[in-house]
Amino acid sequence: MRLGLVIDLDVCVGCHACAIACKQWNASGTIGPLSDYEPYGAEPSGVWFNRIRHYEMDEYPHNKTVNFPMSCNHCEDADCVTVCPTGASYKRAEDGIVLVDQDKCMGCNYCSWACPYGARELDRSSGTMKKCTLCVDRIYDETLAIEDRQPSCVLTCPAHARWFGDFDDPDSQVSRITRERGGFGLMPELGYNPTNQYLPPRRKPVIEVNTQPKGGLKESIKQFANKLVRR
Amino acid sequence: MHPAFSVIFFTVASGAGFGLFSLLFIADTFKLGGGFSADQLVAGGLMSVALIIFGLLSSTFHLANPKNAWRAFSRFRTSWLSREGVFAVAFMPLALIYLASIMFDAPLWLRESTGLLAAVLAWITVFSTGMIYACLKTIRQWNTPLVPANYLALGYSSGSLLLLLGAVIAGLDTTPYIAMSALIVSIAAVLKAIYYFWIRDPGLSPTINTATGLTRAKVKLLDTGHTHGTFLTQEFGYQLARSQASLLKILVFVIGFGLPGLMLVWVFTAQGGQALALVAAVAGLLGAAMERWLFFAEARHVVNLYHGAQRC
Repeated sequence: MRLGLVIDLDVCVGCHACAIACKQWNASGTIGPLSDYEPYGAEPSGVWFNRIRHYEMDEYPHNKTVNFPMSCNHCEDADCVTVCPTGASYKRAEDGIVLVDQDKCMGCNYCSWACPYGARELDRSSGTMKKCTLCVDRIYDETLAIEDRQPSCVLTCPAHARWFGDFDDPDSQVSRITRERGGFGLMPELGYNPTNQYLPPRRKPVIEVNTQPKGGLKESIKQFANKLVRR
Repeated sequence: MHPAFSVIFFTVASGAGFGLFSLLFIADTFKLGGGFSADQLVAGGLMSVALIIFGLLSSTFHLANPKNAWRAFSRFRTSWLSREGVFAVAFMPLALIYLASIMFDAPLWLRESTGLLAAVLAWITVFSTGMIYACLKTIRQWNTPLVPANYLALGYSSGSLLLLLGAVIAGLDTTPYIAMSALIVSIAAVLKAIYYFWIRDPGLSPTINTATGLTRAKVKLLDTGHTHGTFLTQEFGYQLARSQASLLKILVFVIGFGLPGLMLVWVFTAQGGQALALVAAVAGLLGAAMERWLFFAEARHVVNLYHGAQRC
């Protein structure tokens, strides 16, 4: 199995609900808590597994806002695991989920240097590295209803911009939509082979905004008269 | 990258320590300038071991959870950080046996074989230190073979200046030590110059387009989604003005390479002068520390593409 997420950049509305749901679930999850520093102070900061950035693509009048959620990509070639000197970082053979053993981590930050996606954040309270677990404590929980055995971020997304599934199965929903919509991984040139896939914003018909007046004598007189009238 | 003082001190001190030890072994084997006495060799060797131990201890200060530091020896097969630790620890007993065999006048084969093995391990350890940085594909300023070459050259050049200081204090013929220092310092300067030249050109590096996968148009960041800094901005956000970097590079060359070179000439013409050799050694170490600070400050991690950078 190769579990991961598909994120639809065409649909994401940038509401940050996935980040909040992630924080809520994982604060008491396997590698929680996710410490906050000065949460009500002047400079609030803290550990998050999921962060949403907002980009502008192209230029006016063809510009478009793209909301961009990012969490761990659970890479096939995860350098964060390779560089870890303690063996705290590991990639599960059975489903490809990358995890950090909190009992082994010495907080050297080296894995966060190796990660191009900024998925790893040091918890300054526990002194250990923390990251997205793909809700490993949820997706296998047999006490939950089968439709609830999904990562928190996927369940909570009000726009249905997130999908969870097995990329090794060519007929799974995630494999299918990735194929059909031309999904891509981030920074492929670095060769990390990220599992998570992003669906590009759909191309929409261009709406002309600079429509010229039709012209003609009547229109010219109208414009001329409009200029004369004091308003 | 955030320039962490503990890591800068560690790499400079342990680099100089390993360099000093290896060159001390060479000076002992070939009896350079008449050769150090047994006591002087042991004193110099212990000084290099002390530099290495202080460096290693200081490196643990940048760990957020040092109680697990002992586990860092466990991933020798994959991690350069782990390899560095293992090699540094393997070096210690060999170096101590070498020094003990000098002190207690042990047979020459024991002295030479342990000394050679320790010197080779010193070389491998400094190489591993460089590879810790050079193996990261996320930082183009580090992902070059020039990085381990620079680490070795600077470690050995500061080590050679320390050894010259020892030779001057011991009253040996300084000419071979001056020649060795001059050669290593100039190699280090040339390698550093090539490095600075090499990282000027971004080459084929990730851009905001490949980072977001939105390659069909210009992309710019509107909002990072957080109100204050995060771990990522604190660790990777450090940015150095180009003019400041250029000034520091000039200082690295003037203080780290130029001044020791001048002192070498002076020591050669004066045939002695402890103060001159001391200035050379201190300038070499200071230059290496500035170079190391700049090495971190100038490095741009690709995660900055998600915080507004157009190219890394």
